[in-house]
Amino acid sequence: MTAKPVDYPPPFSPVEFVTPPTDPPEERIEVGILIVGAGPAGLACAIRLGQLVEESPELAERLGDVPVAVLEKGKQPGSHILSGAVVNPRGLRRLFEGRKRIQDLPFYGEVEAEGVYFLRHNSSMRIPTPPTMKNHGNYIASLSQLIRWLGEQAEEAGATILPETAAEKLLVDHGRVLGVRTGDKGRGRNGEQLANFEPGSDILARVTVLCEGTQGHLTGVAIDEFGLEGESPQVWALGVKEVWKVEKPLRRVVHTMGWPLRAGAKYREFGGSFIYPMGDDMLTIGMVVGLDYRDAELSVHDLLQELKTNPFVRKMLEGGERVGWGAKTIPEGGFVALPKRLHAPGLLLCGDGAGMVNVPALKGIHYAVESGRLAAEAAVDALRPGRTPSTPGALAAYDEAVRGSFIWSDLQEVRNMRQAFGRGFYFGGALAGAMTATKGKFPPGDMSTERDAEQEIVRMGRSRKYPAPDGKLIFDKLSSVYLSGNRTRDDAPNHLRVQARVPEEIAVMWERMCPAQVYEAADGMVEITPSNCVQCGAITAKGGRLTPPEGGSGPEYTLT
Amino acid sequence: MKIAVCVKEVPDAGVNKRIDPNTKRLDRSGEGALNHFDTQAVEEALKIKEAGGEGEVVLVSMGPAGALDSLRKALAMGADRAVLITDEAAAGSDLVATSRALAAALEREEADLVIFGQQGNDSDGAVLWAAVADRLRRPVISQVAELTVADGKLRGKRQTEFGYDVIEAPLPAVVAVSDAINEPRYPSLKGIMGAKSKPQESLSASDLGLDAGALGEQGSGTTVLALGDPPPRGDARKIEDDGNAAGQIVDFLAEKKLL
Amino acid sequence: MTVAVFLEHHEGELQKGSLGVLGKAASLGDDVAGIVLGSGVKELAAQAGRFGAPKVFVADAPELEAPLPQPRVDAIAQLVGEKSIETVLFAASVLASDVAAGLAARLDAGLNWDLVDLVEQDGQLVGKRPALEDTVYVDVGWTTEPRLALFRPGTFDPSESGGEAEVEELSPTFEDFSTQATMIEQAHEESEGPSIEDADVIVAGGRGLGGPENFSLVEELAKALGGAVAATRAVVDAGWYPYATQVGQTGKTVSPKLYVACGISGAIQHKVGMQGSGTVIAINKDPNAPIFEFSDLGVVGDLHEIVPKLTELVQQRKSG
Repeated sequence: MTAKPVDYPPPFSPVEFVTPPTDPPEERIEVGILIVGAGPAGLACAIRLGQLVEESPELAERLGDVPVAVLEKGKQPGSHILSGAVVNPRGLRRLFEGRKRIQDLPFYGEVEAEGVYFLRHNSSMRIPTPPTMKNHGNYIASLSQLIRWLGEQAEEAGATILPETAAEKLLVDHGRVLGVRTGDKGRGRNGEQLANFEPGSDILARVTVLCEGTQGHLTGVAIDEFGLEGESPQVWALGVKEVWKVEKPLRRVVHTMGWPLRAGAKYREFGGSFIYPMGDDMLTIGMVVGLDYRDAELSVHDLLQELKTNPFVRKMLEGGERVGWGAKTIPEGGFVALPKRLHAPGLLLCGDGAGMVNVPALKGIHYAVESGRLAAEAAVDALRPGRTPSTPGALAAYDEAVRGSFIWSDLQEVRNMRQAFGRGFYFGGALAGAMTATKGKFPPGDMSTERDAEQEIVRMGRSRKYPAPDGKLIFDKLSSVYLSGNRTRDDAPNHLRVQARVPEEIAVMWERMCPAQVYEAADGMVEITPSNCVQCGAITAKGGRLTPPEGGSGPEYTLT
Repeated sequence: MKIAVCVKEVPDAGVNKRIDPNTKRLDRSGEGALNHFDTQAVEEALKIKEAGGEGEVVLVSMGPAGALDSLRKALAMGADRAVLITDEAAAGSDLVATSRALAAALEREEADLVIFGQQGNDSDGAVLWAAVADRLRRPVISQVAELTVADGKLRGKRQTEFGYDVIEAPLPAVVAVSDAINEPRYPSLKGIMGAKSKPQESLSASDLGLDAGALGEQGSGTTVLALGDPPPRGDARKIEDDGNAAGQIVDFLAEKKLL
Repeated sequence: MTVAVFLEHHEGELQKGSLGVLGKAASLGDDVAGIVLGSGVKELAAQAGRFGAPKVFVADAPELEAPLPQPRVDAIAQLVGEKSIETVLFAASVLASDVAAGLAARLDAGLNWDLVDLVEQDGQLVGKRPALEDTVYVDVGWTTEPRLALFRPGTFDPSESGGEAEVEELSPTFEDFSTQATMIEQAHEESEGPSIEDADVIVAGGRGLGGPENFSLVEELAKALGGAVAATRAVVDAGWYPYATQVGQTGKTVSPKLYVACGISGAIQHKVGMQGSGTVIAINKDPNAPIFEFSDLGVVGDLHEIVPKLTELVQQRKSG
């Protein structure tokens, strides 16, 4: 029996999240430039704006009492941030040019050495590092910690960061984006108002910059509202990672391919693992798998647990202790999935939300930073005297700037890489090699992508191999959710839109897919525990829809 | 009416708490957040102020300089002012030293009502209110689940092991609210944005007229000697039911004197 | 070493917790005295003798009639000063905690609380207490006198050794501010049974119960044991039992003397809410359930059979 998630669409419609302002005018909050998301793109935008305001007092006046506001749905910047990460410093260098050196940033040092390995269940074999994965000159970071630091810089630069605040609706009137409406707080399980109910607010801004990251809620809404879909649909991978305290320092950046993923084309298991040192006494290990997989029982969290049983990996963790866990999706559609325009009247789209990720290099942070920086400049430019950002085309300079930047040229060069792997590991590998050698000229044209949710799901018995939790090396999902710092209140409304009645394959697929054990398949129904959700976004790729829950809920990442 | 709320920053519960083996004190170097029970105290103060139509709610706290960040949340809820006692000499203060410092700051404020939350989740702040009330020479009511303030008096419903009492005291007074008292409000966006510009004062030991020796370990009456693992849970037993499990459980309970 | 123990009383009975601490004090040395404060409490002093106090200080005054802390601080502070008492011990309760803390401020005397033991080590008194949700144990000491200590409720059981206490009466004077708080109504019983946070015994139900109707098994056992009923997040989410009874990370934290977990798997979200319990008994049909890793007695079996039988046997034991 097979089923396709796309045949069971969630009860969700983007228009639900588009509205003109409804608060009485005197209660609306007005800011100069509104940034949604305190991640690398959002904070780079805020920092650049701070630099521009410092250089120009007239700009400061034009932007008003609150020149730059950044909305963050997590408890604080970094709480919902998760990545590997090996960061290409290019974007940050340009952002802090003349002001700070890369050495001033909270990195775990430069990449000293690296290795790529092909794994089998009991062995590992070093293979030559593909050119797209060379990390010389890059820096290792906990992105969550880097964002904390960037948040402080943004505040020093004059930005107002508003944590625990979800951007729920896009304020649109006469085809122009006027700002966002924040989410309500204090609703009960059935949406009823609790004693401490606090309604959301309309926040109006001259320019709204969406930097929501993967599966950006309003980004998706805006792409629909303004017809911005790219030539190919977006696809995602799910990454689940842990942070470990270890006895033996890991001195190089490691990537693996092969086991525990299966190479056959029928499985469509594309991905691999990363193991990065974090100083002398910690490391991070993560498993990343494309969400177009077909086995209903595939669980990335459990694949990560399985990965740790390989002797090569196990050795690195010997005598160690798990101190962190988290999960998040990564957009993998690349160049062909970018929105056809990155702006609309009064609106700009940045970073992972727009899909700016170089899949073969596993890099997106420097594109996010650069796009945030360019967005700041375009926004300011559109606010020059005599201009207004809400006329159609006023923000087109942003698109031009992005097209002229390294974001565009990099993504174009590797544009078909991911799609090639839809044909299986070995064939895809050969194609990828050809692409790299020809710098993207071969094969010509653009390979098409199918949506993750269009893949047929079949039970293929993968779960038999998952190792049983032992609380020392192998961990279950619930204790992992606990380690993510998630303390969401139990009576919060359900923010996950899925059809309740679905075929067994789909229900089982959701149960296994979700790293936080939100979904449970039971008698043809799906039972949901929304308070477990760490907001990774996988459900949106596989037939459901994640909407932003109450601000402040979800994980509290510190080391991811 | 001036209401002072004693609040405290504690290590964020989302982060693994640990005791620093060198100082033998709670490692406070990581993320901090306002103690949840203290937000209930702030909420009660705001409710009383709003019911009276006028007044001032001032936050009083003791902690490292960075604790001002956590106090901002209470300012965002609607408190008017924050006072932070911060001094290197104050690190490691126990109940005796902490109550001394807080009482000195509270005397400066001359509040009509001083409110505490139920407890700190870092096990450092329990029963602080009774010590502070004694130093201030004011009546104290604790474990208050319902509070009314009227005609210069406060009336509290105190929850005890035996049920509840209703106790009255004239203002000025000290009260500690239980976690059943209220559900704290979410700060509004305007509140969050306005918090930064509300007055925030930092006081050192000398600002309070206290010697450095009156605070910290020197000013304390207790000390931490050693850290260790909890005793093992005794012999944990596991049995499979062969029809007699219920009887075996009863024997076990009797053996442990739990029946 | 003169040790005085605050003996709390309610409706004419000295409280078990205080008597337990009294027994502990007696085991540490001979110079032990009980403190009984109230109005019309002279007979209680005799009770103290039976439970280990060779001497009892009694203050009988109208100001001490209501169970309010501040007049007690006055009385004990004066006692400490007059009789050179070196150590004052309390069994934690709402009243005792406020008295101990007030006394600490009055005398600038160190107070250690949440102790589960007190021993003599190298000629010093050392208190032992758990910390960080009972994951760490700490040895604590005092740098001032008198040494004040609050023991976790129910730490020691009273032992009736028989014996007579010499009674000495005190006549404390009271500060003006100490008598400003007045009792209007006293000790109304709450309409529901013991709240789970105060209960000595808790019987908790989880998904293994199978359905909301099976909570009756849990309720019957709780009644037989004289305890309260608790529930896990999963069953509260499913609507089987009210949120007020939820134990766990996002519910209540409890530390009863006995915790009986029925059909509970023991996920960490639940564990952190009850890991401070004295004795944990778990009944679950899955031998690999994580709860067996932190229970004192793990029973692998069908709770639907075991629990009713257990209830019956407990009832028999208690009546027979």
